[in-house]
Amino acid sequence: MLQEKAREQRFIAICMLGFVLFNFPVLALFNVSGTVLGIPVLYAYIFAAWALLIVLLALLAER
Amino acid sequence: MLHGPVIILTSFAYLGVLFAIAYYADQRADAGRPVIANAYVYSLSLAVYATAWTFYGSVGRAASDGVGFLPIYIGPTLMIALWWLVMRKIIRISKQNRITSLADFIASRYGKSALLGGIVTIIAVVGILPYISLQLKAVSTSYLILVQYPEIVMPQALGALSMRDDTALWVALILAAFTIAFGTRHLDAAEHHQGMVAAIAFESLVKLLAFLAVGVFVTFVLYSGPGDLFARAAAQPKLSSMMTPLEGVAGGYASWIWLTVLSMMAIMFLPRQFQVAVIENLDERHLNKAIWLFPLYMLAINLFVLPIAFGGLLHFPAGRVDGDTFVLTLPMAEKQEGLALLVFIGGLSAATGMVIVETIALSTMVCNDLVMPVLLRMRSLRLNEQPDLTRLLLGIRRGAILLILLLGYLYFRLAGEAYALVSIGLISFAAVAQFAPVVLGGIFWKGGTRKGALAGLLAGFAVWLYTLLLPAFARSGWLPIGLLEQGPAGIALLKPLALFGLAGLDQITHAMIWSMLANIGAYIGVSLSASPGVHEHRQASLFVDVFRQGGEAAGARFWRGTASAPELYNLLARFLGAAAADEAFRQYAATRGRRWPDDPPEADAELVHFVEVQLAGAIGAASARVMVASVAKEEALTIEELREVLDEASQVVVYSHRLEQKSRELEAATAELRAANERLTELDRLKDDFVSTVTHELRTPLTSIRAFTQILLEHPDVEAGERNRFLGIITKETERLTRLINQVLDLSKIESGKAEWRESEVDMRTLIGDAVTGMSQVFEESRVKVELELPETVRPVRADVDRIIQVLLNLLANAVKFCEPGRGRIRVALRDEGGALRVEVRDNGPGIDVTDQELIFDKFRQAGDTLTAKPHGSGLGLHISRQIVEHFGGRMWVDSRRGEGACFAFTLPHG
Repeated sequence: MLQEKAREQRFIAICMLGFVLFNFPVLALFNVSGTVLGIPVLYAYIFAAWALLIVLLALLAER
Repeated sequence: MLHGPVIILTSFAYLGVLFAIAYYADQRADAGRPVIANAYVYSLSLAVYATAWTFYGSVGRAASDGVGFLPIYIGPTLMIALWWLVMRKIIRISKQNRITSLADFIASRYGKSALLGGIVTIIAVVGILPYISLQLKAVSTSYLILVQYPEIVMPQALGALSMRDDTALWVALILAAFTIAFGTRHLDAAEHHQGMVAAIAFESLVKLLAFLAVGVFVTFVLYSGPGDLFARAAAQPKLSSMMTPLEGVAGGYASWIWLTVLSMMAIMFLPRQFQVAVIENLDERHLNKAIWLFPLYMLAINLFVLPIAFGGLLHFPAGRVDGDTFVLTLPMAEKQEGLALLVFIGGLSAATGMVIVETIALSTMVCNDLVMPVLLRMRSLRLNEQPDLTRLLLGIRRGAILLILLLGYLYFRLAGEAYALVSIGLISFAAVAQFAPVVLGGIFWKGGTRKGALAGLLAGFAVWLYTLLLPAFARSGWLPIGLLEQGPAGIALLKPLALFGLAGLDQITHAMIWSMLANIGAYIGVSLSASPGVHEHRQASLFVDVFRQGGEAAGARFWRGTASAPELYNLLARFLGAAAADEAFRQYAATRGRRWPDDPPEADAELVHFVEVQLAGAIGAASARVMVASVAKEEALTIEELREVLDEASQVVVYSHRLEQKSRELEAATAELRAANERLTELDRLKDDFVSTVTHELRTPLTSIRAFTQILLEHPDVEAGERNRFLGIITKETERLTRLINQVLDLSKIESGKAEWRESEVDMRTLIGDAVTGMSQVFEESRVKVELELPETVRPVRADVDRIIQVLLNLLANAVKFCEPGRGRIRVALRDEGGALRVEVRDNGPGIDVTDQELIFDKFRQAGDTLTAKPHGSGLGLHISRQIVEHFGGRMWVDSRRGEGACFAFTLPHG
């Protein structure tokens, strides 16, 4: 029962992390010109953050 | 090669493959070996979320505002993180109540209200029409473009309006025929369409592969990698301004966040998402994989959207080619016929997947929640007396599918032209978002009522109609455009795109703010203003507490009345067919230890509930309730009775949980108390023993001192030699007394933890040397030989020098005491045992019985019979020594046998 509660809270935390990563003001920090490895900063950031969320979800969901 | 017939033939071949897959999966399901019962198929079927909108529209959106297409795919990632809480609950509820659609779910939650189910169905159908028209538009447009190969001509430039419309109409009709053949071949009580799910999963693979193929082609063949592509785009001022687009887009961050929220709701409440995620779910545990696989799919299918958009913008002169078609036109412009055909099939699979699942889901709703409740209420039809209604049910569904697709086509004709693909789809998203408050509120808040849900849905839907659908018709010229510009009857405050003067937002954000405000406000406000009825109350409890209820049987608790088993059977047979009803009754009877039909089960509340749930699977909860009520006479349950049942049930659960916990706590406390009591009794006994032993030990020397002083006092003429002997004895006895008292004090200090310990690095070799030297006088007096066996060097240990010396002296003194004078030999050995130092003191005295070996370490215990033999010392020395050694983490013991001497040993661990 306790474990289930802990798991729920971790899922909620990931969702909230996502909201922070994909929202003002964090998003604005990366909304600048310039490139990372030839890819515009904003695009590179969004896909990297997205991949990070998926990895976190995978780690938590498959436990 | 890309002529019309080739394209059409390929398309039909593709649909044939789909049909074959579905057929195969259905066969396997009937044989009891389902192919779709795994988490990967489930995850792929969720990807029905990616439609022609994703396949063609995302690139179009990206070509106009950069990353603006992404929130639609990021939202589901955020939402799916909460699925373990939200979706698991919805799935559990739906399984227990045999929910067949979103409308059924909402109707069921709010007291099985047929009216609510009907309204949800209407909102869903009207709301989804733009979305279906989008698919028709995408397929017909892509066909029209492809058929012009090798020319690239936008359909708008073709002029022949009738031909375009005809294409869309044909697409609608073919898809309708296909879906009917696909999804309504037979009636399943659980509304499972395993064949459809297998085909959808396959379609998800096809569209992903097709899109990735174009992406790789544009990025790596047309240009040399993403770096090259973005560098060239950056060289053009118009494109470089799209690299940091968030300030530039209308609404900026506000629009971004609203699109995210909107798509979070869409992934839950689009009828087709509800269908694949909830209704077609075979196992809750599949969620674990889907939670990360589905977002991964979203990421993969979006990876190449921007490269393709930039590639298209660089490739074609501005404005000549619509961004929505870049995916198709880029391969065409490069004369890649095979790739272009693959793209067309990919787009077709994206569109057909959406249309099939969406129309099946909607047709179930239309049949179960709109048409059947009305037909069943029309007594003139005498439906109650029809022997078999399965054909009627299938007919209604088939009609609904055709009708929905034709309405989608109509919307395309009326309003589809003025908007890009993504904008059309967003209108539908905003419509289904209206379901979010009543569903989410319904599963977490018992206070939501039927009236509240009705008010919320109607208010939200009305605002949606006014702010999104109305402007779509006005822009297409079907309504006067002045309605948008000046407001109705010139009232500026009521302008649909700037309601109450809220301007400066994009259309979707504006509509979402007002519709959600109206929806949630009405839902909560009305819910709180009136108390719910009996059925609402019990359904709310069943839904919200689903994880605390005891499975399907929980619903039976609430029913009271009379019924007969054959009547219930006939009812079920009318809707499911005789075979299915027989099977259901046979299984039910088996669980009750009866045999159907010879020995029918009792027609109690559970059987009635069982039949109602089975029926709900075919005709929806609201209709099922009406039908069951027609054959089973239900005694009305008053609200007080219901409350009683509910409160009883939930309180009993809570109480029994609490009781269990309390009794566990009590048990633990009792055990602790018992242990403490035993310990106290033991201590009390020890204290008594201790006091009596100490007094006894004190009295012996005192008695002898008193006797000798009395002799000296009464006989002053005692000889000098004799007097000295007496005085010597007195001195010795007082010394013994002092030693005894010192030891008692020492012991009490150690045992109470008040003793001071001065720890330092100690070299045991030196300590042993010192101790032996200090005792040399005693050894000589007793004529005992001492041998030392010390290594060259030993590692130091941390200990208190004085205390360890005390231990050594005690052991040496003991050894001397028990040695026969003149023949005694004592060996002191020191060894390093790796983890600890070991010290041994061995004598050749009489030895100690095995039975006594542990006892001698107790207080005041000595080996042998203390009553007859003269005691040798206080009996505290070994006890104190052991306490000291154990304080430093070592241990002390003795090895001995009667007649073979004794070997006392102790260890001291290194640091």
